[in-house]
Amino acid sequence: MNLCGMSAHALRDGIAARRFSAEDVVRAFLDRIAAHDGRVHAFLEVHDTEAIAEARRLDEEIARGSEPGPLAGIPIAVKDNICVRGRGTSCASRILSGYAPPYDATVIEKLRAAGAVVLGKTNMDEFAMGSSTENSGFGATRNPWSLEHVPGGSSGGSAAAVALGLAPVALGSDTGGSVRQPGAFCGVAAMKPTYGTVSRRGLIAFASSLDQIGPLGRDVQDCLNLYNVLCGPDPRDATSAPGGHEVPEGALLQGVRGLRVGVPWDWLGEGLHADVEAALGRSVEALRQAGALVGEVSLLDPSYAIAAYYIIATAEASANLARYDGVRYGASARGAEDPAGLYTGTRSEGFGAEVRRRIVLGTYVLSAGYYDAYYLRAQKARRLIRDDFERAFAMADVLLLPTAPTPAFRIGEKTGDPLAMYLSDIFTVPLNLYAGCGINVPAGLSADELPIGMQLLAPRFGEAALFRAAQCLESRLGTLGLAPEPAET
Amino acid sequence: MGAPHESAARGYEPVIGLEVHCQLLTRSKIFCSCSTAFGAPPNSQVCPVCLGHPGVLPVLNRRAVELAVVLGLALGSKIREVSVFARKNYFYPDLPKGYQISQYDLPLCDGGSLQIGTGDARRTIGITRLHLEEDAGKMKHAEDGSGRSLVDLNRCGVPLIEIVTEPDLRTPEEAHDFLERLKQLVQYIGVCDGNMEGGSLRCDANVSVRPRGSEALGTKTEIKNLNSFRNVQRALEHEIRRQIAVLESAGRVEGATLLWDATRDRLQVMRTKEEAHDYRYFPEPDLLPLVLAEEWIAAIRGMVPELPEARRARFVREYALPEYDAGVLTATRELAGFYEAAARRSGDAKLASNWVMTELLGAVKGDTERLRNLPLTPERLGDLLALITSGAISGKIAKAVFEEMAVSGGEPGAIIEACGLSQIVDPDAIRALIAEVLAANAPQVVDYLAGHERVLPHFIGQVMKASRGRANPELTNRLLREALEARRE
Ligand SMILES: [Zn+2]
Repeated sequence: MNLCGMSAHALRDGIAARRFSAEDVVRAFLDRIAAHDGRVHAFLEVHDTEAIAEARRLDEEIARGSEPGPLAGIPIAVKDNICVRGRGTSCASRILSGYAPPYDATVIEKLRAAGAVVLGKTNMDEFAMGSSTENSGFGATRNPWSLEHVPGGSSGGSAAAVALGLAPVALGSDTGGSVRQPGAFCGVAAMKPTYGTVSRRGLIAFASSLDQIGPLGRDVQDCLNLYNVLCGPDPRDATSAPGGHEVPEGALLQGVRGLRVGVPWDWLGEGLHADVEAALGRSVEALRQAGALVGEVSLLDPSYAIAAYYIIATAEASANLARYDGVRYGASARGAEDPAGLYTGTRSEGFGAEVRRRIVLGTYVLSAGYYDAYYLRAQKARRLIRDDFERAFAMADVLLLPTAPTPAFRIGEKTGDPLAMYLSDIFTVPLNLYAGCGINVPAGLSADELPIGMQLLAPRFGEAALFRAAQCLESRLGTLGLAPEPAET
Repeated sequence: MGAPHESAARGYEPVIGLEVHCQLLTRSKIFCSCSTAFGAPPNSQVCPVCLGHPGVLPVLNRRAVELAVVLGLALGSKIREVSVFARKNYFYPDLPKGYQISQYDLPLCDGGSLQIGTGDARRTIGITRLHLEEDAGKMKHAEDGSGRSLVDLNRCGVPLIEIVTEPDLRTPEEAHDFLERLKQLVQYIGVCDGNMEGGSLRCDANVSVRPRGSEALGTKTEIKNLNSFRNVQRALEHEIRRQIAVLESAGRVEGATLLWDATRDRLQVMRTKEEAHDYRYFPEPDLLPLVLAEEWIAAIRGMVPELPEARRARFVREYALPEYDAGVLTATRELAGFYEAAARRSGDAKLASNWVMTELLGAVKGDTERLRNLPLTPERLGDLLALITSGAISGKIAKAVFEEMAVSGGEPGAIIEACGLSQIVDPDAIRALIAEVLAANAPQVVDYLAGHERVLPHFIGQVMKASRGRANPELTNRLLREALEARRE
């Protein structure tokens, strides 16, 4: 039995029926990581000892007949910007190398309570700043479907791990598409919940008003099950929303008859890859055949969102990353003569080029004399974008569009051109400014055998409609299965 | 105090505004549950939140908001229904996050005022705003000669309210008076312990001078590090003298931040205007806007005690006390409360006032904080005073009883009984004493009988002395006359 090829819900059922144990499952994934991760570099750290011990404990509990949690024995890979107590949590940044948080993120507490087993921490763009996982301070992650291509980012490690069967499910974080875009590039289901439904406590902040933790899985149902465990109010996160937003599994069986699906055709002109355009056509057809009412919606030009996003996100980041000063934890420059020297030394050595670029940008847009022209205008633009989405969602229950304009690009292709890199998020960023929910659903392979992803977007707390539409799309288009095992190159 | 008179003589008028930070009397910090207790070992009252660990989030302490609103209401400020927290960005080793959470363009309270001076010299000083913020930690240089600096973060995250005045103060004495009044107020309403030396009340001052009669404001300087009321006054005197000297010599005052060096009694330039910080304030994305519902403000209104001014006026009106008495008795909430309870119990407000101002304040050496630990309760003091009014004991005896009560807290009747201090009202016992006195003062008896009634008080004094003050004075007077008149026969 190939446990690593199974979905999390199939593994859960197998463990519950005692066809195999939680330990069998965890060992299978650890073995596969040992065999294959060297070529893709999805993981920064693997917690084998703890994972096996936890699996054994769960097996004992199951043997005693106690009710296993909804994720009992399910291994999960966790993006390295989510705090796991006592284990390395670096955001793939040298400035946090060796840092072990003294607490578990709320989502980790919830996962443990549900019986999930943390397999390890996955690679990412440093502090989630990037769209290709090339900005990691510890080496890039490769796309399991083609080692010359990027896995997307910033949750590239989590997406690659799920695509290659190194973990059945994973956690990522989505600030401007960082869960959905790598989901598309690696061919896995990947969801960004409504801002506020999942606690951010323990998610190392990039841009606080945009960041949201989201699940990645081999199918929509895995995303839904994980979402239901993760969501809920957290008194320790003041921005967390009141509860009651779980989506019953039964929603997946409801179909899409009568569901209004809007496609923002205005966005989909030049620059859209032909294979992606074809996949969009197939997706529209699939939803139509299932009884959905597919029509056109108009939305503000997404380039406004990109501009607003890079001002708001970098402004927040410039403050969020100020705490890495070498005084209390993490890397610390040696030989500094005074505090200013300590800061400059620590931060110049510890942060990579993209992070430094964004800190400088964010500092600039908040500076006296520039605040009104940049930050304040970006906030106004954000309000307009929000209103625009609200208006669109008055006419459509969900929106459908490609997750990215192209399939995965080549490693190194965009590293010299930050603006081209920023534009690879053009279809994902607007949703974060609006704070609604979205999901990437695999929609076949390109002619070059690279995954293509379609994105469904829904209004704030519109997860039920989102999952219904996603399930419909998935059942008509089919999942991709595991990426082919990478050959030595 | 030379400076203000000199400046007046030279035709210059100082313009002074203050920024006062009050530490709010909450048990826990403003954004985490760490204790705010003073004097704990360094870095013992800290947690991941106040240490600025990655991934942590602030959660606002409701009590801090309530205390701040209590102060706002006491100062007659307008309480904002929606106020917004903002990040104030700067690097310093005692500031773990690299930003302070404060309030900027939408503070908790706007406007308000505080009265200074007395009688005809009373003036209303305008309050510009009140806002909530967190305190930073403390840096000190190691005393081991290593040249290292040490950081104590216990104070980091302690709730502060910043009170900004209008530039309404005109002399260093007025600034001193304002601070005294403010301290009295915050202690009175229980929002701050008012301990300036312990750092729970801190002050920065802005000062400029202008030709008398001019409406335009001169260039101001800011003075920091003023850790006592005396230092505020001294530093202002120095700075006013300096600015006038600059203007007299046809120079220009440069905007700057100055540091008061109390040990050397002088000001140092901390930074010039060119070096001024750009704090890059922007709304704190980790906290939602603070919304004070109507009902909450109403509930807090109920927490505001009667203010010193109002209480003083009421004491004059209700108890017919002289202005002076009312002023002394309302100096602190403890004293006013003690007085009122004793006065009500005794039934003689003026007598109670005399006793509280002399005997009670004497017993606590003028420090009304000690009233809390005094064994004597206001009710028992009231009982004692009632015994004087009813004639049961003389004022002199009452003083002896009071001294005993102040130590033991005992009930006055019991003390009088136990010490045999009750008044002698038995006519036979007094007659016996009179007989002794007359026998021992034969020449004076002759004088009396010859018509010299002025010797009567002498006899009364002798009887009182013989009775150790216990003989009822009126009865003694009557019986003495009877005894003397009897000798005529
Ligand atoms: Zn704390």
